[in-house]
Amino acid sequence: MRVGSLTVKPPPFDYSAPDTLEEALFLLGEAGDEARPLAGGQSLVPLLSLRLARPSLLVDLAGITTLRTLGAADGHLALGAMVRERQAERDVRVRRLAPVLADALPLIGHPAIRSRGTIGGSLSHADPAAELPAVALVLEAELVAESRARGRRSIAAANFFTGFFTTELAPDELLTSLRVPSPAPGTGWAVDEVARRHGDFAIVGAAAMVRLDTSTGRIGEARVALAGVGDTPVRLRETERMLDGAEPADGAFADAAEDAAARLSPPADVHGSAAYRRHIAGVLVRRTLKLAAQRAREAA
Amino acid sequence: MTSFDVELTVNGLARRATVEARRTLADFLREDLGLTGTHLGCEHGVCGACTVLVDGEPARSCLMLAVQARGADVRTVEGLAAGGKMNRLQEAMWDSHGFQCGFCTPGFLMQITALLADIPEPSEAEIREALSGNICRCTGYESIVNGVLRAAGATGFLE
Ligand SMILES: Cc1cc2nc3c(=O)[nH]c(=O)nc-3n(C[C@H](O)[C@H](O)[C@H](O)COP(=O)(O)OP(=O)(O)OC[C@H]3O[C@@H](n4cnc5c(N)ncnc54)[C@H](O)[C@@H]3O)c2cc1C
Ligand code: FES
Ligand code: FES
Repeated sequence: MRVGSLTVKPPPFDYSAPDTLEEALFLLGEAGDEARPLAGGQSLVPLLSLRLARPSLLVDLAGITTLRTLGAADGHLALGAMVRERQAERDVRVRRLAPVLADALPLIGHPAIRSRGTIGGSLSHADPAAELPAVALVLEAELVAESRARGRRSIAAANFFTGFFTTELAPDELLTSLRVPSPAPGTGWAVDEVARRHGDFAIVGAAAMVRLDTSTGRIGEARVALAGVGDTPVRLRETERMLDGAEPADGAFADAAEDAAARLSPPADVHGSAAYRRHIAGVLVRRTLKLAAQRAREAA
Repeated sequence: MTSFDVELTVNGLARRATVEARRTLADFLREDLGLTGTHLGCEHGVCGACTVLVDGEPARSCLMLAVQARGADVRTVEGLAAGGKMNRLQEAMWDSHGFQCGFCTPGFLMQITALLADIPEPSEAEIREALSGNICRCTGYESIVNGVLRAAGATGFLE
Protein backbone atom coordinates (compact mmCIF):
# COMPACT_ATOMS: atom_id res chain seq x y z
CA MET A 1 0.00 0.00 0.00
CA ARG A 2 1.31 3.39 -0.93
CA VAL A 3 1.64 5.89 1.86
CA GLY A 4 -0.38 8.26 -0.30
CA SER A 5 -3.45 6.09 0.06
CA LEU A 6 -3.56 6.91 3.76
CA THR A 7 -4.40 10.50 2.99
CA VAL A 8 -7.96 9.84 1.79
CA LYS A 9 -10.56 11.92 3.51
CA PRO A 10 -14.00 10.73 2.35
CA PRO A 11 -15.35 7.30 3.32
CA PRO A 12 -15.46 4.82 0.43
CA PHE A 13 -18.36 4.98 -2.01
CA ASP A 14 -19.23 3.78 -5.46
CA TYR A 15 -19.60 6.17 -8.36
CA SER A 16 -21.63 6.21 -11.52
CA ALA A 17 -21.82 8.85 -14.25
CA PRO A 18 -24.87 8.11 -16.40
CA ASP A 19 -25.42 9.87 -19.75
CA THR A 20 -29.19 10.10 -19.49
CA LEU A 21 -31.76 11.26 -16.95
CA GLU A 22 -33.58 7.89 -17.25
CA GLU A 23 -30.44 6.02 -16.22
CA ALA A 24 -29.80 8.38 -13.29
CA LEU A 25 -33.39 8.01 -12.07
CA PHE A 26 -33.10 4.24 -12.38
CA LEU A 27 -29.92 4.19 -10.27
CA LEU A 28 -31.49 6.41 -7.61
CA GLY A 29 -34.68 4.34 -7.64
CA GLU A 30 -32.74 1.10 -7.08
CA ALA A 31 -30.44 2.43 -4.36
CA GLY A 32 -33.02 4.33 -2.31
CA ASP A 33 -31.57 6.71 0.26
CA GLU A 34 -28.15 4.99 0.12
CA ALA A 35 -27.39 7.00 -3.04
CA ARG A 36 -26.81 10.72 -3.46
CA PRO A 37 -26.83 12.80 -6.62
CA LEU A 38 -23.57 14.67 -7.23
CA ALA A 39 -23.88 18.03 -8.98
CA GLY A 40 -21.05 20.56 -8.57
CA GLY A 41 -19.84 18.94 -5.37
CA GLN A 42 -19.23 22.30 -3.70
CA SER A 43 -21.43 21.35 -0.75
CA LEU A 44 -21.45 17.56 -1.01
CA VAL A 45 -17.68 16.95 -1.26
CA PRO A 46 -16.95 18.91 1.96
CA LEU A 47 -19.68 16.86 3.69
CA LEU A 48 -17.99 13.68 2.44
CA SER A 49 -14.52 14.83 3.46
CA LEU A 50 -15.77 15.71 6.95
CA ARG A 51 -17.62 12.37 6.92
CA LEU A 52 -20.90 14.08 7.67
CA ALA A 53 -22.40 12.22 4.70
CA ARG A 54 -21.77 8.52 3.99
CA PRO A 55 -23.60 7.56 0.81
CA SER A 56 -22.84 4.17 -0.74
CA LEU A 57 -23.20 5.52 -4.28
CA LEU A 58 -22.73 8.91 -5.92
CA VAL A 59 -24.70 9.47 -9.12
CA ASP A 60 -22.81 12.18 -11.02
CA LEU A 61 -25.22 14.31 -13.04
CA ALA A 62 -22.53 16.13 -15.06
CA GLY A 63 -22.83 13.88 -18.12
CA ILE A 64 -26.56 14.43 -18.59
CA THR A 65 -26.65 17.07 -21.30
CA THR A 66 -30.41 17.69 -21.00
CA LEU A 67 -29.84 19.04 -17.47
CA ARG A 68 -27.45 21.69 -18.80
CA THR A 69 -29.84 23.60 -21.03
CA LEU A 70 -30.68 27.24 -20.45
CA GLY A 71 -33.33 28.98 -22.51
CA ALA A 72 -36.41 31.16 -22.67
CA ALA A 73 -39.70 29.80 -23.99
CA ASP A 74 -43.47 30.16 -23.40
CA GLY A 75 -43.12 33.07 -21.00
CA HIS A 76 -40.52 31.33 -18.82
CA LEU A 77 -36.79 31.29 -18.39
CA ALA A 78 -35.80 27.66 -17.83
CA LEU A 79 -32.49 26.77 -16.21
CA GLY A 80 -31.46 23.12 -16.19
CA ALA A 81 -30.42 21.85 -12.75
CA MET A 82 -26.82 21.35 -13.95
CA VAL A 83 -26.35 24.89 -15.24
CA ARG A 84 -23.27 26.17 -13.38
CA GLU A 85 -23.70 29.26 -11.24
CA ARG A 86 -20.92 31.02 -13.15
CA GLN A 87 -22.53 30.21 -16.52
CA ALA A 88 -25.91 31.60 -15.40
CA GLU A 89 -24.30 34.72 -13.99
CA ARG A 90 -22.74 35.49 -17.38
CA ASP A 91 -25.84 34.72 -19.47
CA VAL A 92 -27.58 37.69 -21.09
CA ARG A 93 -30.99 35.99 -20.97
CA VAL A 94 -30.71 35.59 -17.20
CA ARG A 95 -29.72 39.26 -16.89
CA ARG A 96 -32.69 40.35 -19.01
CA LEU A 97 -35.43 37.99 -17.79
CA ALA A 98 -34.42 37.42 -14.17
CA PRO A 99 -32.22 40.34 -13.13
CA VAL A 100 -32.55 39.50 -9.43
CA LEU A 101 -31.08 36.07 -10.13
CA ALA A 102 -28.24 37.62 -12.13
CA ASP A 103 -27.51 39.97 -9.22
CA ALA A 104 -27.72 37.20 -6.60
CA LEU A 105 -25.36 34.74 -8.28
CA PRO A 106 -22.14 36.77 -7.81
CA LEU A 107 -22.91 36.91 -4.06
CA ILE A 108 -22.39 33.14 -3.85
CA GLY A 109 -18.96 32.16 -2.56
CA HIS A 110 -16.09 32.89 -4.92
CA PRO A 111 -15.47 32.50 -8.68
CA ALA A 112 -13.83 29.09 -8.22
CA ILE A 113 -16.87 27.88 -6.24
CA ARG A 114 -19.34 29.18 -8.82
CA SER A 115 -17.51 27.67 -11.77
CA ARG A 116 -18.40 24.23 -10.35
CA GLY A 117 -21.53 24.89 -8.25
CA THR A 118 -24.89 24.46 -9.96
CA ILE A 119 -28.33 26.07 -9.78
CA GLY A 120 -29.93 22.72 -8.96
CA GLY A 121 -27.32 21.84 -6.34
CA SER A 122 -27.81 25.09 -4.47
CA LEU A 123 -31.61 24.75 -4.46
CA SER A 124 -31.54 21.06 -3.49
CA HIS A 125 -29.00 21.65 -0.73
CA ALA A 126 -31.42 24.23 0.75
CA ASP A 127 -29.00 25.98 3.04
CA PRO A 128 -31.21 28.47 4.93
CA ALA A 129 -28.54 31.17 4.48
CA ALA A 130 -28.13 30.57 0.73
CA GLU A 131 -29.13 33.22 -1.78
CA LEU A 132 -30.87 31.18 -4.48
CA PRO A 133 -33.65 29.67 -2.35
CA ALA A 134 -34.77 33.15 -1.20
CA VAL A 135 -34.52 34.42 -4.77
CA ALA A 136 -36.63 31.47 -6.01
CA LEU A 137 -39.33 32.49 -3.51
CA VAL A 138 -39.38 36.09 -4.64
CA LEU A 139 -39.43 35.05 -8.30
CA GLU A 140 -42.36 32.67 -7.60
CA ALA A 141 -40.35 30.14 -9.57
CA GLU A 142 -41.37 26.56 -10.23
CA LEU A 143 -39.03 23.67 -9.51
CA VAL A 144 -39.44 20.71 -11.81
CA ALA A 145 -38.64 17.32 -10.30
CA GLU A 146 -38.62 13.82 -11.70
CA SER A 147 -38.43 10.29 -10.34
CA ARG A 148 -38.90 6.85 -11.83
CA ALA A 149 -41.67 5.95 -9.38
CA ARG A 150 -43.78 9.10 -9.67
CA GLY A 151 -42.75 10.69 -12.97
CA ARG A 152 -42.47 14.42 -13.39
CA ARG A 153 -44.00 17.06 -11.13
CA SER A 154 -43.75 20.80 -10.74
CA ILE A 155 -43.30 22.23 -7.25
CA ALA A 156 -43.88 25.91 -6.46
CA ALA A 157 -40.85 27.43 -4.72
CA ALA A 158 -43.18 28.31 -1.83
CA ASN A 159 -43.69 24.57 -1.18
CA PHE A 160 -40.17 23.35 -1.97
CA PHE A 161 -38.15 24.35 1.11
CA THR A 162 -39.65 22.30 3.93
CA GLY A 163 -37.05 22.55 6.71
CA PHE A 164 -33.43 22.96 7.73
CA PHE A 165 -31.44 21.70 4.69
CA THR A 166 -34.59 19.80 3.71
CA THR A 167 -36.73 19.99 0.59
CA GLU A 168 -39.85 18.44 -0.84
CA LEU A 169 -37.65 16.14 -3.01
CA ALA A 170 -37.81 12.41 -2.24
CA PRO A 171 -34.49 10.49 -2.06
CA ASP A 172 -35.10 8.90 -5.48
CA GLU A 173 -36.13 12.20 -7.07
CA LEU A 174 -34.03 14.70 -9.02
CA LEU A 175 -34.55 18.38 -9.47
CA THR A 176 -34.34 18.82 -13.23
CA SER A 177 -34.97 22.53 -13.82
CA LEU A 178 -35.89 25.89 -12.40
CA ARG A 179 -38.63 27.76 -14.28
CA VAL A 180 -38.85 31.50 -13.79
CA PRO A 181 -41.94 33.34 -15.08
CA SER A 182 -41.14 36.44 -17.16
CA PRO A 183 -41.58 39.62 -15.15
CA ALA A 184 -44.68 41.76 -15.67
CA PRO A 185 -44.08 45.24 -17.16
CA GLY A 186 -43.19 47.88 -14.58
CA THR A 187 -41.45 45.55 -12.14
CA GLY A 188 -38.20 46.25 -10.35
CA TRP A 189 -36.05 43.80 -8.40
CA ALA A 190 -33.28 43.98 -5.83
CA VAL A 191 -31.12 41.68 -3.73
CA ASP A 192 -28.75 42.60 -0.91
CA GLU A 193 -27.03 40.90 1.99
CA VAL A 194 -24.79 41.38 4.97
CA ALA A 195 -21.89 38.93 5.24
CA ARG A 196 -18.76 39.04 7.36
CA ARG A 197 -16.54 39.00 4.27
CA HIS A 198 -17.28 39.11 0.57
CA GLY A 199 -18.16 35.58 -0.54
CA ASP A 200 -19.13 34.26 2.87
CA PHE A 201 -22.62 32.94 3.42
CA ALA A 202 -24.95 35.80 4.29
CA ILE A 203 -25.70 36.52 7.94
CA VAL A 204 -28.97 37.82 6.52
CA GLY A 205 -29.92 38.27 2.88
CA ALA A 206 -33.00 39.82 1.25
CA ALA A 207 -34.59 39.79 -2.20
CA ALA A 208 -37.48 42.03 -3.20
CA MET A 209 -39.77 42.83 -6.10
CA VAL A 210 -41.98 45.87 -6.56
CA ARG A 211 -44.50 46.34 -9.38
CA LEU A 212 -45.90 49.79 -9.80
CA ASP A 213 -49.43 50.32 -11.08
CA THR A 214 -48.80 52.06 -14.39
CA SER A 215 -51.85 54.36 -14.11
CA THR A 216 -51.62 55.42 -10.43
CA GLY A 217 -47.89 55.02 -9.78
CA ARG A 218 -48.78 53.24 -6.53
CA ILE A 219 -47.54 49.81 -5.52
CA GLY A 220 -49.45 47.14 -7.44
CA GLU A 221 -47.57 44.25 -5.91
CA ALA A 222 -44.61 43.85 -3.57
CA ARG A 223 -42.70 40.70 -2.65
CA VAL A 224 -39.88 40.21 -0.19
CA ALA A 225 -38.01 37.10 0.99
CA LEU A 226 -35.17 36.62 3.47
CA ALA A 227 -32.29 34.19 3.92
CA GLY A 228 -30.53 33.50 7.21
CA VAL A 229 -33.44 34.20 9.55
CA GLY A 230 -34.80 30.68 10.16
CA ASP A 231 -34.71 27.02 9.18
CA THR A 232 -35.83 27.84 5.64
CA PRO A 233 -35.87 30.94 3.44
CA VAL A 234 -38.85 33.08 4.47
CA ARG A 235 -41.37 34.97 2.32
CA LEU A 236 -42.92 37.90 4.21
CA ARG A 237 -46.49 37.81 2.91
CA GLU A 238 -48.09 39.90 5.69
CA THR A 239 -45.50 42.60 5.25
CA GLU A 240 -46.09 42.53 1.50
CA ARG A 241 -49.82 43.06 1.99
CA MET A 242 -49.18 46.24 3.98
CA LEU A 243 -47.67 47.69 0.81
CA ASP A 244 -50.61 46.94 -1.50
CA GLY A 245 -51.76 50.23 -3.03
CA ALA A 246 -49.27 52.25 -0.99
CA GLU A 247 -47.26 55.19 -2.27
CA PRO A 248 -43.74 53.84 -3.06
CA ALA A 249 -42.12 56.27 -0.61
CA ASP A 250 -39.58 55.91 2.20
CA GLY A 251 -42.27 55.97 4.88
CA ALA A 252 -44.04 52.88 3.53
CA PHE A 253 -40.77 50.96 3.23
CA ALA A 254 -39.71 51.92 6.75
CA ASP A 255 -43.07 50.70 8.11
CA ALA A 256 -42.67 47.47 6.15
CA ALA A 257 -39.16 47.00 7.53
CA GLU A 258 -40.36 47.49 11.09
CA ASP A 259 -43.22 45.05 10.56
CA ALA A 260 -40.89 42.46 9.02
CA ALA A 261 -38.33 42.68 11.82
CA ALA A 262 -41.04 42.31 14.47
CA ARG A 263 -42.31 39.07 12.89
CA LEU A 264 -38.96 37.27 12.85
CA SER A 265 -37.38 35.05 15.46
CA PRO A 266 -33.99 34.51 13.84
CA PRO A 267 -31.31 32.15 15.14
CA ALA A 268 -28.30 33.31 17.15
CA ASP A 269 -24.76 32.08 16.51
CA VAL A 270 -21.15 33.28 16.55
CA HIS A 271 -21.86 35.59 13.61
CA GLY A 272 -24.68 37.48 15.27
CA SER A 273 -27.29 37.50 18.00
CA ALA A 274 -30.99 37.14 17.21
CA ALA A 275 -31.47 40.86 17.88
CA TYR A 276 -28.66 41.75 15.48
CA ARG A 277 -30.13 39.55 12.75
CA ARG A 278 -33.60 41.03 13.30
CA HIS A 279 -32.15 44.52 12.98
CA ILE A 280 -30.22 43.65 9.80
CA ALA A 281 -33.30 41.98 8.32
CA GLY A 282 -35.28 45.20 8.79
CA VAL A 283 -32.55 47.29 7.19
CA LEU A 284 -32.30 44.94 4.21
CA VAL A 285 -36.08 44.79 3.73
CA ARG A 286 -36.19 48.58 3.58
CA ARG A 287 -33.18 48.86 1.23
CA THR A 288 -34.24 46.17 -1.22
CA LEU A 289 -37.85 47.40 -1.43
CA LYS A 290 -36.69 50.95 -2.01
CA LEU A 291 -34.21 49.93 -4.71
CA ALA A 292 -36.76 47.63 -6.36
CA ALA A 293 -39.29 50.50 -6.46
CA GLN A 294 -36.71 52.83 -7.95
CA ARG A 295 -35.91 50.26 -10.64
CA ALA A 296 -39.63 49.72 -11.31
CA ARG A 297 -39.97 53.45 -11.89
CA GLU A 298 -37.00 53.39 -14.29
CA ALA A 299 -38.46 50.38 -16.11
CA ALA A 300 -41.87 52.03 -16.56
CA MET B 1 -14.63 -0.72 -3.87
CA THR B 2 -14.48 -0.32 -7.60
CA SER B 3 -11.47 1.45 -9.06
CA PHE B 4 -11.67 3.87 -11.93
CA ASP B 5 -9.25 4.64 -14.73
CA VAL B 6 -8.81 8.38 -14.78
CA GLU B 7 -7.39 9.75 -18.01
CA LEU B 8 -6.99 13.48 -18.36
CA THR B 9 -4.65 16.15 -19.63
CA VAL B 10 -2.46 17.92 -17.10
CA ASN B 11 -0.42 20.89 -18.30
CA GLY B 12 -0.73 19.65 -21.86
CA LEU B 13 0.36 16.07 -21.17
CA ALA B 14 -1.92 13.03 -21.24
CA ARG B 15 -1.86 11.41 -17.79
CA ARG B 16 -3.64 8.42 -16.32
CA ALA B 17 -3.95 6.55 -13.06
CA THR B 18 -6.33 4.08 -11.47
CA VAL B 19 -7.94 5.34 -8.30
CA GLU B 20 -10.89 4.87 -5.98
CA ALA B 21 -13.92 7.11 -6.52
CA ARG B 22 -13.22 8.91 -3.25
CA ARG B 23 -9.82 10.18 -4.45
CA THR B 24 -9.97 13.97 -4.67
CA LEU B 25 -8.43 15.70 -7.67
CA ALA B 26 -5.97 17.38 -5.29
CA ASP B 27 -4.74 14.05 -3.88
CA PHE B 28 -4.71 12.60 -7.40
CA LEU B 29 -2.42 15.39 -8.62
CA ARG B 30 -0.18 15.26 -5.57
CA GLU B 31 -0.05 11.56 -4.74
CA ASP B 32 -0.74 9.74 -7.99
CA LEU B 33 0.92 12.14 -10.43
CA GLY B 34 3.57 13.54 -8.06
CA LEU B 35 2.58 17.13 -8.84
CA THR B 36 2.98 18.60 -5.37
CA GLY B 37 2.88 22.21 -6.54
CA THR B 38 -0.85 22.23 -5.82
CA HIS B 39 -1.12 22.83 -2.08
CA LEU B 40 -3.76 21.70 0.39
CA GLY B 41 -4.74 23.96 3.25
CA CYS B 42 -8.25 23.56 4.59
CA GLU B 43 -9.42 20.70 2.35
CA HIS B 44 -13.01 21.92 2.41
CA GLY B 45 -13.11 24.72 -0.10
CA VAL B 46 -12.41 27.75 2.05
CA CYS B 47 -8.73 28.71 1.63
CA GLY B 48 -8.16 28.50 -2.14
CA ALA B 49 -4.63 27.02 -1.87
CA CYS B 50 -5.63 24.05 -4.04
CA THR B 51 -7.10 26.10 -6.91
CA VAL B 52 -6.32 24.71 -10.39
CA LEU B 53 -7.84 25.36 -13.81
CA VAL B 54 -10.27 22.76 -15.11
CA ASP B 55 -11.15 23.35 -18.77
CA GLY B 56 -10.01 26.93 -18.31
CA GLU B 57 -12.17 27.67 -15.24
CA PRO B 58 -10.78 27.99 -11.72
CA ALA B 59 -11.79 25.12 -9.44
CA ARG B 60 -10.98 23.87 -5.95
CA SER B 61 -9.13 20.61 -6.50
CA CYS B 62 -10.04 19.57 -2.92
CA LEU B 63 -13.74 19.80 -3.87
CA MET B 64 -13.51 17.71 -7.02
CA LEU B 65 -13.16 13.99 -7.28
CA ALA B 66 -10.54 12.74 -9.72
CA VAL B 67 -13.26 10.73 -11.48
CA GLN B 68 -15.12 13.98 -12.17
CA ALA B 69 -12.07 15.25 -14.06
CA ARG B 70 -11.96 12.36 -16.54
CA GLY B 71 -11.30 13.81 -19.99
CA ALA B 72 -10.70 17.29 -18.59
CA ASP B 73 -7.91 19.70 -19.40
CA VAL B 74 -6.29 20.56 -16.05
CA ARG B 75 -3.67 23.22 -15.49
CA THR B 76 -1.62 23.45 -12.33
CA VAL B 77 1.09 25.81 -11.13
CA GLU B 78 3.72 23.47 -12.61
CA GLY B 79 2.38 24.38 -16.06
CA LEU B 80 3.04 28.12 -15.80
CA ALA B 81 6.80 28.29 -16.38
CA ALA B 82 8.05 27.19 -19.80
CA GLY B 83 11.51 25.71 -20.33
CA GLY B 84 12.55 26.66 -16.79
CA LYS B 85 11.62 30.30 -17.38
CA MET B 86 8.92 31.94 -15.30
CA ASN B 87 6.00 33.44 -17.18
CA ARG B 88 4.99 37.08 -17.08
CA LEU B 89 2.68 36.64 -14.09
CA GLN B 90 5.29 34.77 -12.09
CA GLU B 91 7.91 37.46 -12.89
CA ALA B 92 5.49 40.20 -11.86
CA MET B 93 4.66 38.46 -8.58
CA TRP B 94 8.38 38.00 -7.92
CA ASP B 95 9.09 41.67 -8.64
CA SER B 96 6.22 42.76 -6.35
CA HIS B 97 7.21 40.41 -3.50
CA GLY B 98 3.81 38.79 -3.97
CA PHE B 99 4.62 35.87 -1.70
CA GLN B 100 6.45 35.20 1.54
CA CYS B 101 6.16 31.60 2.75
CA GLY B 102 4.62 30.70 -0.61
CA PHE B 103 2.04 28.27 0.73
CA CYS B 104 -0.88 30.15 -0.80
CA THR B 105 1.00 31.06 -3.99
CA PRO B 106 -0.01 28.18 -6.32
CA GLY B 107 -3.70 28.83 -5.68
CA PHE B 108 -3.30 32.58 -6.15
CA LEU B 109 -1.35 32.13 -9.40
CA MET B 110 -4.00 29.87 -10.90
CA GLN B 111 -6.88 32.10 -9.77
CA ILE B 112 -5.06 35.15 -11.19
CA THR B 113 -4.39 33.28 -14.46
CA ALA B 114 -8.15 32.73 -14.76
CA LEU B 115 -8.86 36.36 -13.92
CA LEU B 116 -6.43 37.73 -16.53
CA ALA B 117 -7.86 35.40 -19.19
CA ASP B 118 -11.29 36.83 -18.39
CA ILE B 119 -10.34 40.48 -17.80
CA PRO B 120 -6.87 41.30 -19.24
CA GLU B 121 -6.70 44.70 -17.52
CA PRO B 122 -8.62 44.34 -14.26
CA SER B 123 -9.22 47.23 -11.87
CA GLU B 124 -8.00 46.93 -8.30
CA ALA B 125 -11.60 46.29 -7.20
CA GLU B 126 -11.97 43.49 -9.76
CA ILE B 127 -8.70 41.95 -8.57
CA ARG B 128 -9.77 42.03 -4.93
CA GLU B 129 -13.14 40.52 -5.83
CA ALA B 130 -11.57 37.73 -7.89
CA LEU B 131 -9.06 36.92 -5.12
CA SER B 132 -11.58 37.09 -2.27
CA GLY B 133 -11.64 33.30 -2.02
CA ASN B 134 -7.88 32.88 -1.59
CA ILE B 135 -6.43 33.26 1.87
CA CYS B 136 -2.86 34.44 2.53
CA ARG B 137 -1.61 34.53 6.10
CA CYS B 138 1.66 36.34 5.34
CA THR B 139 1.53 39.20 2.88
CA GLY B 140 -1.52 41.23 3.85
CA TYR B 141 -2.52 41.00 0.17
CA GLU B 142 -1.18 44.42 -0.94
CA SER B 143 1.86 42.95 -2.66
CA ILE B 144 -0.28 40.29 -4.33
CA VAL B 145 -2.69 42.89 -5.74
CA ASN B 146 0.33 44.90 -6.87
CA GLY B 147 1.73 41.85 -8.61
CA VAL B 148 -1.50 41.38 -10.56
CA LEU B 149 -1.53 45.04 -11.59
CA ARG B 150 2.09 44.74 -12.70
CA ALA B 151 1.40 41.54 -14.66
CA ALA B 152 -1.54 43.26 -16.37
CA GLY B 153 0.74 46.08 -17.48
CA ALA B 154 -0.97 48.67 -15.28
CA THR B 155 0.96 51.76 -14.25
CA GLY B 156 -0.69 52.45 -10.89
CA PHE B 157 1.01 49.76 -8.81
CA LEU B 158 3.33 50.67 -5.96
CA GLU B 159 7.02 50.10 -6.63
C1 LIG C 1 -16.13 28.18 0.31
C2 LIG C 1 -17.57 28.06 -0.09
C3 LIG C 1 -18.40 29.18 -0.02
C4 LIG C 1 -19.73 29.08 -0.39
N1 LIG C 1 -20.50 30.19 -0.27
C5 LIG C 1 -21.81 30.13 -0.60
C6 LIG C 1 -22.66 31.26 -0.48
O1 LIG C 1 -22.22 32.35 -0.09
N2 LIG C 1 -23.96 31.11 -0.82
C7 LIG C 1 -24.48 29.93 -1.27
O2 LIG C 1 -25.65 29.86 -1.56
N3 LIG C 1 -23.70 28.85 -1.41
C8 LIG C 1 -22.39 28.92 -1.09
N4 LIG C 1 -21.61 27.80 -1.22
C9 LIG C 1 -22.23 26.55 -1.71
C10 LIG C 1 -22.31 26.54 -3.23
O3 LIG C 1 -23.27 27.46 -3.70
C11 LIG C 1 -22.70 25.17 -3.73
O4 LIG C 1 -22.30 25.12 -5.06
C12 LIG C 1 -24.15 24.79 -3.69
O5 LIG C 1 -24.73 24.97 -2.44
C13 LIG C 1 -24.33 23.32 -4.03
O6 LIG C 1 -24.30 23.19 -5.39
P1 LIG C 1 -23.47 22.02 -6.06
O7 LIG C 1 -23.87 22.02 -7.48
O8 LIG C 1 -22.06 22.15 -5.75
O9 LIG C 1 -24.15 20.73 -5.38
P2 LIG C 1 -23.54 19.44 -4.65
O10 LIG C 1 -22.59 19.83 -3.61
O11 LIG C 1 -23.09 18.48 -5.68
O12 LIG C 1 -24.87 18.89 -4.02
C14 LIG C 1 -25.48 19.51 -2.90
C15 LIG C 1 -26.65 18.65 -2.41
O13 LIG C 1 -27.74 18.69 -3.32
C16 LIG C 1 -28.03 17.40 -3.85
N5 LIG C 1 -28.32 17.61 -5.27
C17 LIG C 1 -27.52 18.24 -6.17
N6 LIG C 1 -28.14 18.35 -7.36
C18 LIG C 1 -29.35 17.76 -7.23
C19 LIG C 1 -30.46 17.58 -8.11
N7 LIG C 1 -30.43 18.01 -9.39
N8 LIG C 1 -31.56 16.95 -7.64
C20 LIG C 1 -31.60 16.52 -6.35
N9 LIG C 1 -30.59 16.67 -5.47
C21 LIG C 1 -29.48 17.29 -5.90
C22 LIG C 1 -26.80 16.57 -3.57
O14 LIG C 1 -27.11 15.21 -3.44
C23 LIG C 1 -26.32 17.17 -2.26
O15 LIG C 1 -27.04 16.64 -1.19
C24 LIG C 1 -20.26 27.85 -0.87
C25 LIG C 1 -19.44 26.73 -0.96
C26 LIG C 1 -18.10 26.81 -0.58
C27 LIG C 1 -17.24 25.60 -0.66
S1 FES D 1 -7.47 23.16 0.33
FE1 FES D 1 -8.96 23.39 -1.20
S2 FES D 1 -9.81 25.30 -0.68
FE2 FES D 1 -8.49 24.95 0.99
S1 FES E 1 2.71 33.85 1.39
FE1 FES E 1 2.42 32.71 3.20
S2 FES E 1 0.30 32.27 3.11
FE2 FES E 1 0.55 33.61 1.47
